[in-house]
Amino acid sequence: MLDLKQDFFALFGLEPVFAINMERLEQAYLDIQGRVHPDRFAHLPDLEKRLSMQWATHANEAFRTLKSPLARGHYLLEMRGVDPAFDTNTAMSAEFLMEQMEWREALGEAQDAADEDALEDLARRIRHSSKTLVDELGRQLDVAGDLEGAADTVRRMKFLEKLQHEINDALTALES
Amino acid sequence: MALLQISEPGMSTAPHQHRLAVGIDLGTTNSLVATVRNGVSLCLQDEDGKALLPSIVHYLPDGQIVVGRKAQATQAVDPRNTIISVKRFMGRGLKDVSHVETMPYDFVDTEGMVRLRTVQGVKSPVEVSAEILKELRLRAERSLGDELTGAVITVPAYFDDAQRQATKDAARLAGLNVLRLLNEPTAAAIAYGLENASEGVYAVYDLGGGTFDISILRLSRGVFEVVATSGDAALGGDDFDHRVFCWILDNAGISLPSDRDSRRMLMKAREVKERLSLDESAPVRMTLDSGDEIDLVIERQVLVDITRPLVEKTLRPLKKALRDAGLEASDVKGVVMVGGATRMPHVQQAIGEFFGQTPLTNLDPDTVVAIGAAMQANVLAGNRAAEEEWLLLDVIPLSLGIETMGGLVEKIIPRNSTIPTARAQDFTTFKDGQTAMSFHVVQGERELVADCRSLARFELRGIPPMVAGAARIRVTFQVDADGLLSVSAREVSTGVEARVEVKPSYGLADDEIADMLKAGFEHAQQDMERRALKEQQVEAERVIEATEQALAIDASLLDEAERTALDAAIAALRSAAQGQDSRAIKIQLEAFNRASNEFASRRMDKSIRQALAGHKIDEIRI
Repeated sequence: MLDLKQDFFALFGLEPVFAINMERLEQAYLDIQGRVHPDRFAHLPDLEKRLSMQWATHANEAFRTLKSPLARGHYLLEMRGVDPAFDTNTAMSAEFLMEQMEWREALGEAQDAADEDALEDLARRIRHSSKTLVDELGRQLDVAGDLEGAADTVRRMKFLEKLQHEINDALTALES
Repeated sequence: MALLQISEPGMSTAPHQHRLAVGIDLGTTNSLVATVRNGVSLCLQDEDGKALLPSIVHYLPDGQIVVGRKAQATQAVDPRNTIISVKRFMGRGLKDVSHVETMPYDFVDTEGMVRLRTVQGVKSPVEVSAEILKELRLRAERSLGDELTGAVITVPAYFDDAQRQATKDAARLAGLNVLRLLNEPTAAAIAYGLENASEGVYAVYDLGGGTFDISILRLSRGVFEVVATSGDAALGGDDFDHRVFCWILDNAGISLPSDRDSRRMLMKAREVKERLSLDESAPVRMTLDSGDEIDLVIERQVLVDITRPLVEKTLRPLKKALRDAGLEASDVKGVVMVGGATRMPHVQQAIGEFFGQTPLTNLDPDTVVAIGAAMQANVLAGNRAAEEEWLLLDVIPLSLGIETMGGLVEKIIPRNSTIPTARAQDFTTFKDGQTAMSFHVVQGERELVADCRSLARFELRGIPPMVAGAARIRVTFQVDADGLLSVSAREVSTGVEARVEVKPSYGLADDEIADMLKAGFEHAQQDMERRALKEQQVEAERVIEATEQALAIDASLLDEAERTALDAAIAALRSAAQGQDSRAIKIQLEAFNRASNEFASRRMDKSIRQALAGHKIDEIRI
């Protein structure tokens, strides 16, 4: 019997690997949401409404997790018994840390100068770096089975995501 | 000769009757009610053939309450007791409301939601809004000839939790069963998308009387997916009126008009603004109570100049929504214009320039939201066959979080999360033996609590005493399909469900609503009981009907003993529902829910399996 504790890949009928077919994921999500969404149950008794909300919430959470490469990588690591430990494990290569510091400096300068173009440029560079990391994570998880390496990549991606958010906030702040 | 009834292919063949459901656009300036009749969504009119109901409520000294056009006609006579644009006060404190100084009301500055002192006593914006909704409910019941099963009420997409809850409370007070709170731009997208069979990325620019929304949606066959939404819950046509009002004051050399003159000048400002959408200039002529004469002419270009900052103010949320969606302006296939304020040519021009295309104005910007809401209400009431329904995926507009040390916000659910959604976060105790914790729930994007909206405070008691840092309190935020938040908390290591008491910052407590409901009935106690009985009977009927339909399809999911038990529960519920004892029905309903829980779960599982199975067949074909 299906239950809310089954893994997200199984929910959508997918193999638990990093390189998933995004179209298949999206179609399976829409098919399931089409069956369980609260709008289908609005005229039914409270019991059915409650079940529907639980399932629709679960499907949204599963889709959100699998759609994002970072969240998907993190989730796969957890399934395989590895905790990337964002808070405690901050050991990174010197090279990555140097790059981080450069980007943080560039962000600070662009913010002080209210330079929209510089922020957009920085965002582009980070997007490019993220893409390289996504490819690396795929190799580590699906091909090499290098879980420690994958955990390191996930931590790096987390850094970049945070930076990306800060750039977006800075851009929004410039507009207001 | 009797004709055989043959249902169209794809039409529902379920043996239930058509359920009366309406969509209500509860607007700042005007409100509407619409319904689907013979497959067509249309606005219902009053006896004079008017669909728009001015959102104006007049409290008279003799206890009468006048709503709509009549209240509008006399608003300058008794401005203090004639409430306009009440939507701006929903879920808001006095300090949140702009232009208070030019409003003629007697505000009661209490903690929480602002109140107005009228000749009929102190009124909450929820009660004022309920009068508007009641008027629309009566109009619909007259027009459709029976009581309503339910209603979809629209709200600005950018409404926060307090404003949404206030709207739902108002609907309850008006005697409406709320099927769903639906975001206004999403309602417009449904009406537009179905009418034009649109596919691709669309933006809905909704500038109403008092609120501004921008939603980016991805439309594909049968799916309406909101990708991002943003806006300003206190920006609308009213602000344009106010700029014109100030221009009139300046140019007529008047500094402090009386309440009555003030209201009349505001009405004149609106009239002039609307005129300037058609003409290049408009006269401003009036004689004030003070005897002062005003005789001015305003050019369209003046309106454009004095309101330019307001139009530009709408571009910021627009850019933010696009960035959140990860899209560029050029990715947008069409821009749907909604709300009366989008009739202004300079608004259309600014938006056209931003997107590099002419905005879509072929639907009536005043009625499109109600039309879409009625279509959704028809689906939610179960009037369409499952295969004809569309799927609507909406989001929450603002992040939800909790206050942590130092007045900082820990975000728990980020903005633009698809609803329904739930997230949990663990907290721990600070002192040895600590048995209670207090939490402050906030909504907004800023890092400091002081810059976000306070939603509620709650206290957790009954935590088992442990050393500091040992307890693990898991706080779960659940946002339902109406975009409304509920919070639960429990101590994880011992499994103790701690008691939660929530105190809304800008909302009404449940007992306040109950008091207001009671006050609405003449013979309070008797009427309340009759209403409770009716509600229980309706729910019992609904449960029995739904279960019998389910059994007709899925009886094979139950073994013989389970089937016998369920049949017995149905019989017990049916006989209780024929009686007059609401408590007896309630007890049978609860017993029935326990008996049918397993059946409902199995049906849900079967449905999900079918969804995936259908999917796999598609793939084999490819």
